[in-house]
Amino acid sequence: MWADANGQELANRFKDAPVKKKLTGIQGFDLITEGGLPLNRTTLVVGTAGSAKTVFAVQFLVSGIEQCDEPGVFVTFEERPADICTNFASLGWRIEDWVKEKKWAFVDASPAPEQMTVSGPFDFGGLMAQLERAIRKVGAKRVAIDSLGAAFAQYPQNAIVRHEIFRIANALRELGVTSVMTAERQEEYGEISRHGVEEFVADNVVILRNILEDEKRRRTVEALKFRGTSHHKGEYPFTVSAEEGIVVIPLSAIELKQKSTIIRRPSGNAELDKMCGGGIFRDSIILVTGATGCGKTLMTTEFISGGARAGERCLLLAFEESRDQLFRNASGWGVDFAQFERDGLLKVMCAYPESKGLEDHLIQIKKTIQEFKPERLAVDSLSALERVSTTKGYREFVVALTSFVKHLEVASLFTATTPTLVGGTSVTEAHISTITDSIILLRYVEMLGDMRRGIMVLKMRGSAHDKNIREFTIDGEGMHIGKSFTNITGILAGFPHTVPADEAARIERLFRNGQMDPAEM
Amino acid sequence: MIRKPPASGKRARRGVAPPETPKTPEAPRYLLRLYVAGLTAHSTMALANLKAVCESHLKGRYDLEVCDIYQQPELARREQVVAVPTLIRRLPPPVRRVIGDMSREDRVLIGLDILPEM
Repeated sequence: MWADANGQELANRFKDAPVKKKLTGIQGFDLITEGGLPLNRTTLVVGTAGSAKTVFAVQFLVSGIEQCDEPGVFVTFEERPADICTNFASLGWRIEDWVKEKKWAFVDASPAPEQMTVSGPFDFGGLMAQLERAIRKVGAKRVAIDSLGAAFAQYPQNAIVRHEIFRIANALRELGVTSVMTAERQEEYGEISRHGVEEFVADNVVILRNILEDEKRRRTVEALKFRGTSHHKGEYPFTVSAEEGIVVIPLSAIELKQKSTIIRRPSGNAELDKMCGGGIFRDSIILVTGATGCGKTLMTTEFISGGARAGERCLLLAFEESRDQLFRNASGWGVDFAQFERDGLLKVMCAYPESKGLEDHLIQIKKTIQEFKPERLAVDSLSALERVSTTKGYREFVVALTSFVKHLEVASLFTATTPTLVGGTSVTEAHISTITDSIILLRYVEMLGDMRRGIMVLKMRGSAHDKNIREFTIDGEGMHIGKSFTNITGILAGFPHTVPADEAARIERLFRNGQMDPAEM
Repeated sequence: MIRKPPASGKRARRGVAPPETPKTPEAPRYLLRLYVAGLTAHSTMALANLKAVCESHLKGRYDLEVCDIYQQPELARREQVVAVPTLIRRLPPPVRRVIGDMSREDRVLIGLDILPEM
């Protein structure tokens, strides 16, 4: 479950709503729907081919059984029950066992093998009778019908099918079950469903999308309408993971209610601690940005070693370098990662950004955090993940990750690579600069034909900090922060140029005591 | 009369083969099962229509069972009866299915694969 909202908490939060809802148990979905699907109503779940409609329908019943001990009935117009059991066994869903335990019942309305002819008006009386019987047999509280499109394909008499589905939806309501019906649509953005199903079936519509954007697939879910009750608007990304099925990433549904602390921890560099006014806050998120090679991985290493030396459990997520490279780098700066690991204080997770989708990365990261329970997290680099997703998907990822670690009060350091060698900003900065508590800039400074490095604490929420741009050097013991650059200006803009000493003195005098000296003007 | 299929599975028979039938010696016997839902309009209609069709085209060479989906739900489940009325031609093979109230005689004949007499 999401750390910030377990089922009980959600149920309490929304218990006074006029239209009662049923928690689906689908991760994140209950948050964006503010408590699940409307109780004892039918919700239409629409999507194009391959948008995970069947997974949704099956998972709605699975989580009912696994999490709420509520049996369910699955009506299939498309796949045979045996195929459904087989297909979902890979997700660890023991449907066959549940059938035996009378927690799950199938109503098989898949096409019969023989040829069928229509000789006049008919109704779905057979289906109704089977459905009612199955509901009574297992004591079902949930029903899933998959899919209406297949029903229309089997029985070409659209008007009859439409009327019968309407009748089934009404009957389900009277039987006191909460149900989902899936239906096809042809385009991701267009009419809600084929056959205009939404007009006669449901007061509630959920849309699943599988969008191709910049050659990348992105799944989103949207609660389009819930009659008589509120829900979060807009699309939320989700993924279908091999272990848990659908996992929705709620983003803006996450509340900004993090606690705050004044406990400071060492950053790993004594001089940097001084610049930050005495160390970093225990629950703060630090963004370190800089051009390639200007010391971000070093900052990460120092951050980790500072934590481990203070006895904190540290998690390092590396998306640019392999484990061996990281360990070699660290030992080059006098830090022994292997020892930390043996002491159980460090866990290193390396992955190619391209190895999976961003949503799956997020789920993997969250899972690791929940298992390892680190007090400190470093991501090197966050911006490496930029290239595996769309800008929008990346932004959502960053927001979801930061809010998650914030909630768990894990001190975090993210690095971001700026695209230009001097000065400049990155997409990452734009996305998370407002969420982070501290921003540290690492910059190349060109001075009289030399390339030097500068460090600056741009922002430090809730604390005074050094406003100078300081020079730093790197050697076999790590990072050494020295004096501030004097007589030089334009470092942040990327056009450093020297200012004569007397001119600097004059400007200094100008602003002395925060007042201008009229004599100098 | 038309009878419900006994639990033993023995088939009910409609009529006794009169001496002048079958018309052709090879004409197959038809084994039909009609699923109805109680006494709804569609169900009674289908039964009446089907009897008329059978009497005029299959006289003396068909057996018709009538199953009520509420009386024999397990049978209906096994045969995937979704639409009502559903007629299943169990013999001769292959199995064929006709749904609806049997009001369209031409469709019933196509569904059962019976060539109307010229």
